[in-house]
Amino acid sequence: MAKNSMADLLEIKGLKIEATSYPPGEKPREVVLVDGVSVSLEKGRVLGLIGESGAGKSTIGLAAMAYGRGGVRLTGGEVLLNGRNIRGAGPVTLRALRGREVTYVAQSAAAAFNPAKKLMEQVIETCLLHKVMTRPAAQARAVDLFRKLGLPNPESFGNRYPHQVSGGQLQRAMTAMALCPKPDLVIFDEPTTALDVTTQIEVLAAIKEAIRDQGVAAIYITHDLAVVAQVADDIMVLRHGKTVEYGSTDQIINRPGQAYTQALVSVREIAHVEKPPAAPILTVDAVTARYRGTNFDVLKRVSVDVAPGQTLAVVGESGSGKSTLARAITGLLPPHQGAVTFAGRRLSPDLAGRSRDDLRELQMIYQMADTAMNPRQTVGTIIGRPLEFYFGLKGAEKARRVAELLDQIEMGKGFAERYPAELSGGQKQRVCIARALAAKPKLIICDEVTSALDPLVADGILKLLLALQAQEGVAYLFITHDLATVRAIADKIAVMYRGEVVRYGAKSEVLAPPFDAYTDLLLSSVPEMRLGWLEEVLGSRRMESAGN
Amino acid sequence: MRIPFSAMLGLGLTALMVLAAIFSPLIAPYGLNETVGKVWENPSAQFWLGTDTIGRDIFSRLVYGGAVTIFVALASSALAFSMGAFFGFLAAVRGGWIDTGLSRLVDVMMAVPSLIVALVVLSVLPLTLTTLVLVMGVLDSTRVFRLSRAVAADIAVMDYVEAAKLRGEGQVWIIFREILPNAMSPLVAEFGMRFIFAVLFISTLSFLGLGIQPPLADWGGMVRENKDGLIYGKSAAMVPAIAIAVLAIAVNLVADWVLSRTTSLKGGRNG
Amino acid sequence: MHPLIILVVQRIALGLILLLAVSVLIFLGVEALPGDTAQQILGQGATPETLANMRESLGLNEPALTRYFSWLGHALTGDFGKALTNKMDIAQAIGQRLGNTLFLAACAGVIAVPFAIGLGLLAARHNGRWPDKLISGVTLATISLPEFVAAYFVIYLLTQVIPILQPVSMVFPGMTFLERLHAVALPVIVLVMVVLAHMMRMTRAAILNVMQSPYIETAELKGLSPMQVIWRHALPNAVAPIVSVVVINLAYLVVGVVVVEVVFSYNALGQYLVDHVSKRDLPVVQAVGLIFAAVYIGLNIFADVVGIVANPRLRHPK
Repeated sequence: MAKNSMADLLEIKGLKIEATSYPPGEKPREVVLVDGVSVSLEKGRVLGLIGESGAGKSTIGLAAMAYGRGGVRLTGGEVLLNGRNIRGAGPVTLRALRGREVTYVAQSAAAAFNPAKKLMEQVIETCLLHKVMTRPAAQARAVDLFRKLGLPNPESFGNRYPHQVSGGQLQRAMTAMALCPKPDLVIFDEPTTALDVTTQIEVLAAIKEAIRDQGVAAIYITHDLAVVAQVADDIMVLRHGKTVEYGSTDQIINRPGQAYTQALVSVREIAHVEKPPAAPILTVDAVTARYRGTNFDVLKRVSVDVAPGQTLAVVGESGSGKSTLARAITGLLPPHQGAVTFAGRRLSPDLAGRSRDDLRELQMIYQMADTAMNPRQTVGTIIGRPLEFYFGLKGAEKARRVAELLDQIEMGKGFAERYPAELSGGQKQRVCIARALAAKPKLIICDEVTSALDPLVADGILKLLLALQAQEGVAYLFITHDLATVRAIADKIAVMYRGEVVRYGAKSEVLAPPFDAYTDLLLSSVPEMRLGWLEEVLGSRRMESAGN
Repeated sequence: MRIPFSAMLGLGLTALMVLAAIFSPLIAPYGLNETVGKVWENPSAQFWLGTDTIGRDIFSRLVYGGAVTIFVALASSALAFSMGAFFGFLAAVRGGWIDTGLSRLVDVMMAVPSLIVALVVLSVLPLTLTTLVLVMGVLDSTRVFRLSRAVAADIAVMDYVEAAKLRGEGQVWIIFREILPNAMSPLVAEFGMRFIFAVLFISTLSFLGLGIQPPLADWGGMVRENKDGLIYGKSAAMVPAIAIAVLAIAVNLVADWVLSRTTSLKGGRNG
Repeated sequence: MHPLIILVVQRIALGLILLLAVSVLIFLGVEALPGDTAQQILGQGATPETLANMRESLGLNEPALTRYFSWLGHALTGDFGKALTNKMDIAQAIGQRLGNTLFLAACAGVIAVPFAIGLGLLAARHNGRWPDKLISGVTLATISLPEFVAAYFVIYLLTQVIPILQPVSMVFPGMTFLERLHAVALPVIVLVMVVLAHMMRMTRAAILNVMQSPYIETAELKGLSPMQVIWRHALPNAVAPIVSVVVINLAYLVVGVVVVEVVFSYNALGQYLVDHVSKRDLPVVQAVGLIFAAVYIGLNIFADVVGIVANPRLRHPK
């Protein structure tokens, strides 16, 4: 391959990307996804692309292979790869470079691997297809990469089928598949987003090590600035398909120029002062729970309490039982043993046995605001129903109260007529908050309410929840996997692991050493917004993550 | 809202046939069983579509027969629909042994093609309109049951249904205000499919001589009466055959459109 | 034991239980309905005495369950008793006709399966463009027609407009294979039309479903050509759904056959069933009904077993 050593490996100039959108019942129309984006990448360097959903970062990543997903078209600008423009190149040219010069690591490796073929076959497929090396050489290289990426039993790992290995292992295998044909450039498209926090860090470290070891260039796409800060040399911040800021990682993290970038950098810095201990409004006493038809305890003697007007954060990874705790408290999953006391009353374990006031004073907000609202009801109906149901409000009085609530969640009363589908993700979650607030509850259970949202939007929701707590004196039981969120909102913290509370107390105590092994692992897994954090933390860890 | 041409065509033809069925006595120039001409006369100004195997006016019989075909199909699909939807929703919302029992029963009924079951059952029962509607309705309710159970079960696990339960809402509110409005579109499209199926089913039974009995007439039976004419080059049998095809395709076009609207509401096209 | 074998055995056992339940439905369901075999045989003019004698000789006074097990026991050994109408042995009458039915269905299947898969692939390959729209439109129209209407369209076209074939399909012992083929040409065309449409639409849907999987994008980004993508990555995952589509539609042929046999006066099992339904000859109806049910359920079991065996998650458990 003739290469000009002076030129950049990849140079994108004034890229414009468009797609046709098909709104139901309307004429199709053209939408601009990416406009005027320019990027350059030298051999062996890593570029981070960051932005919220819809920023166009994945679209740009795939454009480096001149690939448009679905009906997406590259309509303007140049994509120079190894010195030649590949935008608009013919299928033969493109097939020759895809999987050879540029390779791709998808967000969900579980879906991106063919379920019917062994991993080895898929990992070495490009090597054989592009005649980079012979089958034995490719297999030897694959085993070598498996070993470098920390996969168990590297010699026999390739004989397994995708469904036989864990999510974290598949993501590493996908990285091996991308590196196997010795490409010049690898696109990593949110490779750790679908993983649990403790697993994410290990996969991230493995990827970083492999990139350095193989000397390839990489584009690393993510919505998490703290993650990209650990691997990238340069960072481009994108919003609505346009470049907001483009610079070295050091400059973006330590001296952000644009207001949007500054907001992203400072996103997890809500200052929250812990409130003093008080008599509890909710007491969960030695609750054990199992799902119907099983004899495995998902919750094991869990005891926590929440004080009025304060926040208890329940932290844990998937499978820790934190959402089951919410179901046990609300009565959706009656506890097997133990008791729940709320506002001085012992609650019936079963939903059917609870009084209307029990139900009213204990509200819940869900992770996915999309599925938490009936799509056939207007915002007014959704917020108005609890008013009618619990307080018998009707007509003008109800409308006035709905308008008040919309005001409280910083949305205008004009939204009452809209349907959920017409709202943004943050607005939907706000409406769910208003619905809970309408019942005048004493406690709201918040189940991962910010984890489906973009960082800045999530930040807004957290600030709103804090403001409402100050106004209304409502208590929160806040379930999350994200320790940064915990720091921002909690007065007390319960850390859960495999159905048990492993650490429990005031925020200042729980977050202060000495730590138990699991809390240490969890705390050390939260990416921090500074350079060199990843190396630092890997040197000091005591426990391997469970699900790698 | 833009209605595509194919759906407009389907709606128009369906409406035309239903209107003709309702006003059949006003439209038909001759009586249903009135012998008015010679055997298998060609179409003329007097007999618009010719005459049949014993000299009756085919156009008049087509109009009257259409009324019977559409009525029987409508009655049995309405029965299938109300039974299937009721039990399907019940199974999805209540779960437990009610769900298991109903689902296994439906499995057995669907293990053999409806036509075979219908033939076996009709070998014992009297061939009256009521029997036909009941047999077809009950057999076809199994498909509606499966669909409505699946749709309702999908909706019943949604967080907004859980939110309603947590609020303390009763079963009536949950079924009629939370689940039903979201299940309507697929169910409406399914009603069209069930109606087509009933038209095809009753026509087939009548064609086999096991459906509508004289003196009543329907389209399937008309094909049967006139089928021997084809050997002598008389195409009288083709008229009711075409009528069945047109009705089925027309309703299909409408149902297809309703269905495409519901899917595009869910996730849009082409990702 | 390998979990796959357990699953397959379970599925077959389930199918057999289903068949048993259906046989109960066919036998007891018919017996429980108003109407009486003895009355059917003797007609309205029968005296109570002759009726009682007839019931006695038919064994109708035995409890229903006893009669069911005796019927099932005989059926399993190939003894369906004698027809009420002409006192002929049912098993013998069925034997001959079953051959004719299977011949017709096999001819239709042999033509329809490759066509359906080919057209399904073609439509899926050109998803949304004109070949797809054309194929989908034509098949939608075919699906909307009952079998006998489709049959008369074909008859009209091939005997009146272009007179090349006879509208009646007589087969009798002693015909050569070629003569038989010529005789069944029209009914086979009709059956192919009807089955092809369903099979092709379901094949297309199965392939499109696989083609939308993320691993197909992975394959495209590896630089594989469209044919390599389909051959190496789509097909291994599409085989199970396609086989299942094919088998389910072959089972559907059972229904199509009944009507088409009547249209063409083709002397086979479907014609035999319809005749005896109108004569209300219960033993014949029950026997033929059971055979159709067994074929249908058997093919469905086969489709499910293929689905189980082709699933890598089940073949290679964790």
